[in-house]
Amino acid sequence: MRTVFFLLMLVLARPCLALDAAAVGKLAFGDADERSAALAVLVAEGDPKMVALLEALAAGDVQTAGERVLIVKGDEAIDAVTGAKVTPLPKEREDVVANNRLRREIESALSALKLLSPDRAARLAAAQALATGAEDAVLPLVKKAMAQETDPAIKPMLELIAATLELKGGTKESRIAAIRRLGDSNSPNTKTLLMALLEKDKEGRFAETDEDVRAAAQASLRAVEGKLVWGEMGGLLFAGVSLGSILLLAALGLAITYGLMGVINMAHGELIMIGAYTTYVVQNLFRAHAPQAFDWYLVCALPAAFAVSALVGMVLERVVIRWLYGRPLETLLATWGISLALIQMVRTIFGAQNVGVENPSWMSGGIQVLSNVVLPWNRVMIIAFAALVLVGMWMLLTRTRLGLFVRGVTQNREMASCVGVPTARVDTLAFGLGAGIAGLAGCALSQIGNVGPDLGQGYIVDSFMVVVFGGVGQLAGTVYAALTLGFANKFLEAWSGAVIAKIAVLVFIIIFIQRRPQGLFALKGRAAET
Amino acid sequence: MAVVFGCWTSVSRKSVLPVFEELNGLLFYPVQYEGEEISKNVFYTGAAPNQQAIPAVEYLMSKDGGGAKRWVLLGTDYVYPRTTNKILRAFLKSKGVQEADIMEDYTPFGHSDYQTIIAKIKKFASEGKKTAVVSTINGDSNVPFYKELGNQGLKATDVPVVAFSVGEEELRGVDTKPLVGHLAAWNYFMSLKNPENDAWKKKWADYTKAKKLPYADKPLTNDPMEAAYIGVYMWKQAVEKAKSFEVGKVTAAMAGQTFKAPSGITSKMDEKNHHLHKAVFIGEVKGDGQFNVVWKTKGPVKAQPWSPFIAGNEKKVDEPALMATKK
Repeated sequence: MRTVFFLLMLVLARPCLALDAAAVGKLAFGDADERSAALAVLVAEGDPKMVALLEALAAGDVQTAGERVLIVKGDEAIDAVTGAKVTPLPKEREDVVANNRLRREIESALSALKLLSPDRAARLAAAQALATGAEDAVLPLVKKAMAQETDPAIKPMLELIAATLELKGGTKESRIAAIRRLGDSNSPNTKTLLMALLEKDKEGRFAETDEDVRAAAQASLRAVEGKLVWGEMGGLLFAGVSLGSILLLAALGLAITYGLMGVINMAHGELIMIGAYTTYVVQNLFRAHAPQAFDWYLVCALPAAFAVSALVGMVLERVVIRWLYGRPLETLLATWGISLALIQMVRTIFGAQNVGVENPSWMSGGIQVLSNVVLPWNRVMIIAFAALVLVGMWMLLTRTRLGLFVRGVTQNREMASCVGVPTARVDTLAFGLGAGIAGLAGCALSQIGNVGPDLGQGYIVDSFMVVVFGGVGQLAGTVYAALTLGFANKFLEAWSGAVIAKIAVLVFIIIFIQRRPQGLFALKGRAAET
Repeated sequence: MAVVFGCWTSVSRKSVLPVFEELNGLLFYPVQYEGEEISKNVFYTGAAPNQQAIPAVEYLMSKDGGGAKRWVLLGTDYVYPRTTNKILRAFLKSKGVQEADIMEDYTPFGHSDYQTIIAKIKKFASEGKKTAVVSTINGDSNVPFYKELGNQGLKATDVPVVAFSVGEEELRGVDTKPLVGHLAAWNYFMSLKNPENDAWKKKWADYTKAKKLPYADKPLTNDPMEAAYIGVYMWKQAVEKAKSFEVGKVTAAMAGQTFKAPSGITSKMDEKNHHLHKAVFIGEVKGDGQFNVVWKTKGPVKAQPWSPFIAGNEKKVDEPALMATKK
């Protein structure tokens, strides 16, 4: 208590520099309710110096030493109340822990404080942040900001925020006006607010007694929901495309090795896994040797993943698979054995646990297209990447000499050989290409899921499903099949849950293959008959 | 053989149980589980549902936890999540939560595409009142789940997720930045500050270095490790008390054994039900893969292996001695 008094004296002595010491003390030492009350006091004062303290608190940089509250960054500490530097750093320090509740209130308060900033962009960002959920404590600040705001884009947002905060109190007219205003919003939070007004208690009576208010809320709710429905559909569509692109990436390599060459390659999943681990290794190299360029490690990881997987693939082809052409059962068993060996090898080198592959910062987070649709960057990037790989592969197969040879060998091996195509070398290169593309897929998949020795096992069934469904030997078929399965899976999932969706898709494929064994697109002409 | 310390999942425990009962062996099981079992041949040193799941939900209901009113029960499709969610659903109903305010959803093992599920959670959360997610998602699926959660902008401050099988070791291979603020409920966290824990962590670090274990550069401790550690020492104390390795005598001596656990409490083996009395902690994930303890029970909680929230359990006695005589 004496210290608080002392600090108070300090505040009185330097009124223009220091924060409310009692409130800061409560914020650091109090129980949850006291802390939130202290935060409200500090917010009401609207002191911009508080921003530093709150930001530090949200980031976990606030510590206490005895009765003092410090903002500690690295080896330097500032007293939170006076703003003076503290040297040397006290030895005994305790972290001040902010829980979710406090963090939420801090975020809200920080945004509210920025509403008074002279920078228009900062104000706009703050208003947007508050629009998705403001705490009651910031209402005075919002009103203050509203009074001095002149920008035509920001002012209506502030009015909306104030309206949401005032819903609970105020006169009937002001509430109805607030509710009408909410009808213009397209945020899911508004829906939450409006639904709260229409809630019934256990006996079926409305919690809100005024009928006019309820009617207004009902009308606004309908308007908001109408806008949200589009977002939901859009989100679902994107999910379908995203899953389709992932299936496509996983299956493209197999479309060459199995589709064109006819090798039932059970180790395909492990080639994907090797690509993912290559990404992991490149990431670690960047972290160790070039941390400033860490965000761009993927640029290096892509060719590395392609090269390593292609190399492994070519060695496999030379050593094992080449001796088994034309004997599908033996190929299946041999490649399955290889897949187990590869898994075990990786497990021995890297350990059985999953390894962490970090998204570069430009692949984290998402882009908000509608109020209730966020497209995650990593998924957007993977869709673009899948399209790129597809185009690249198509060009390679149709526009280059190697592509010509590959098509020639797959269509009629003897004839190709007769006209001088080195079929053995073409086989090796084609298998290497398929394996390399699997490696690229691994690099991409490391950005959305786990990287562990079992990674490939999860994709092998899906890959075969896509290739068989699309029609063996057909690149276009593979694309259509991947997208179809992606959409089917996501729409079923939204409707029936993930477990049923998975089963339904499998059953659908079984029935489809029974009816049409050649897949979606069948090869026509002589090649198909052989 | 005098004693076995082990088994990792409920499936493996259920598989060995008949052998232990037939040959009158002794098993110490150190992992949190769904309850619904009790055997005179097993000591359960992990948490029963009322020592993990229920306190976590109570916390989320409290003002500090955000005052959640709507609940998403999300899990992998197998026995532990299904049973736990059955118990939680009954518990929530007993607290006055209505059927329409609970959403239950399951994914297959190894599920890695959580787009639609996150979209569903978002929609559910927008339909009124504060929402929280209780996740019993198994192992590997957690990373894609949390990644999607972060990327779709669903923050812990808006919709907190509490998980029962995500601990320090599970977060080792994970980029934890998008997870900050999400919760886990355990009976021990590595970040707990007390002399027992400091000593234990040091012992473990020295051991990993001496034995050159993988990850010796970053030794981690977690809840199941603590539970196994307590088990071994309690067994030692019981053997010393009984002055015998005989299963019957050791079992009798186990009743009421106490041990100063790294969690900072004095953990006691219940006199009758073969489960430990444990304190429950709720932690929020930090950026470095550790947990901030934001809440804990006042003292140790006694285990209720037969959850009162499952119909038909009223008559079951949680004392193996009585169970044995009834057979």
